[in-house]
Amino acid sequence: MEAFPVPLKIIMEAVKHFINAIASPKILFNIVFLFYLIVFPPFKFFQRIHDALGIDRLWTKRGGIFIFSLMFLAFAFGLTDANFRLIVLKPDNVPIVALLFLVVFFLWFAMTQAKENDEAIAKGDKPKEYADSREKVLVFPDLVYIEFLCLIFVAVLLAVWAIGLPAPLEQPANPTVSPNPSKAPWYFLGLQEMLVYFDPWIAGVVLPTAILLGLMCIPYIDKNRKGLGYYTYQDRKMAINTFMFFWLVLWMFLIFIGTFLRGPNWSFFGPFEYWDHNKLEVLNNINLSQYVFMIWLKQGMPSNILLREAPGFLVLAVYFGLLPAIFAKTIFKDLYQRIGGIRYSIFVVFLLMALALPIKMYLRWLFNIKYIIAIPEFFFNI
Amino acid sequence: MADIKPPVSNTLDTNSTSNPPGDMDRRSFIKWSLVGWGAFVAVIGGYGSMVGRFLFPNVLFEPVQTFRAGTPYEYEIGVSERFKEKYGVWIVREKEKIFALLAVCTHLGCTPNYLPADHKFKCPCHGSGFYTNGINFEGPAPRSLERLKITLADDGEIVVDKTIRFHYEKGEWSNQDSFIPV
Ligand code: FES
Repeated sequence: MEAFPVPLKIIMEAVKHFINAIASPKILFNIVFLFYLIVFPPFKFFQRIHDALGIDRLWTKRGGIFIFSLMFLAFAFGLTDANFRLIVLKPDNVPIVALLFLVVFFLWFAMTQAKENDEAIAKGDKPKEYADSREKVLVFPDLVYIEFLCLIFVAVLLAVWAIGLPAPLEQPANPTVSPNPSKAPWYFLGLQEMLVYFDPWIAGVVLPTAILLGLMCIPYIDKNRKGLGYYTYQDRKMAINTFMFFWLVLWMFLIFIGTFLRGPNWSFFGPFEYWDHNKLEVLNNINLSQYVFMIWLKQGMPSNILLREAPGFLVLAVYFGLLPAIFAKTIFKDLYQRIGGIRYSIFVVFLLMALALPIKMYLRWLFNIKYIIAIPEFFFNI
Repeated sequence: MADIKPPVSNTLDTNSTSNPPGDMDRRSFIKWSLVGWGAFVAVIGGYGSMVGRFLFPNVLFEPVQTFRAGTPYEYEIGVSERFKEKYGVWIVREKEKIFALLAVCTHLGCTPNYLPADHKFKCPCHGSGFYTNGINFEGPAPRSLERLKITLADDGEIVVDKTIRFHYEKGEWSNQDSFIPV
């Protein structure tokens, strides 16, 4: 433990405290969201910031070295901390650490190629892949040979991994004992995080279905034929920026949170914080109807269920009924004209559904809102 | 396509007055289709009933749903975890009553833990919290924990019946069977 001189240690502790503090979801989510807006700007305003900062310099060899040295440095710094080591080096979590690096790597890789192509196209040249399509190789042996090598390599890797980092089975399932914290497999942690903010019906059935349907809709909504068969960013800006929001913020980031920042009792813990089973987090959550009737109007809850939940229904009607129309006149004006009414409505409804997740998170963090519509009598809570 | 024979069902065409030789007339078509469909329904029905039978096993290895929980004097004010391991039930004693809470989170069905220091039940899955009386107050759980039917047997022992549940949001906690006055 005495590996570092004392003054350095103090600085390191201070940094850790700072990181723990900003890792609280309210702050971290804002940081990640801002990051996304600047790196993949969906709006003109952020595009200007993006340009001013010269973000696209990240998508070069130099930029890659910069990103990865930063990531490795941060990781190495984290490893000096016992609590961090405990979570990150847990055999179950190793794939997710690898995943973080891999996601960033492939993001950088694709964007770099896209940038090279974009520059070539801007100069009037053809994209790099254009030459590839004329050159032909034989399936056998060229392709099969590579596939075979990959197969051997992956098999060896998995074998070594399984021997080196044992992740044994736990004791037989017992319905009266849930491990604390109870975590879903990593690929479901995004869903589990959604469940914190929604009723199981919504987060477990409706939203996943909407995600699948939304993915199926993409080729029908987006008719843009540019960018077929080659990496590009400029030709597919809108599509890439939208996708990155779902992929990076609503999926990868939630998996990250679920894996590293959720501890016992599903409380939130900073990366350098000890997972204390008795950490007290007081969250008194209130439904919207209670807000309206008991706090604003200072009266009892109406006994009629529909009347009681009228504010929630109103909010929902405005959200899904009015907002698409408003958007069509304002921020999505061009889009609306380009893809037409039907495509536009489908697109907007899915987009609003997806945005409901971050919105609900904010409502929970800022106002302790539990449900917009809460009819537990009929298992209907939104 | 020209030399492929039209399918048999073409004879159903009501406009054709005569039957081409070798084809079925309407009567035998109906007869055979009845036979075919009948066989189909019989097979599906047979399999269906077998599958249905499968859903009702002869022997059920389920823990008993009714259990005796000692006498009321054995409980101090607070939450007793005596029967949590075995039956998934907390016996809670308040000043004036004893009731049984089912240890199943109303969010997605995990088993919450009792945190004595904070006087609450806390679910490890998505962080729902419940007061010791079962009311939900934090996290996503939309309803309170369910109370179970609890009665005193003739010999003064508490009997808990897990098959009968009382929901707070339906106003059932005032039901006589949902608690024992002490
Ligand atoms: S199952 Fe208990 S909080 Fe989700």
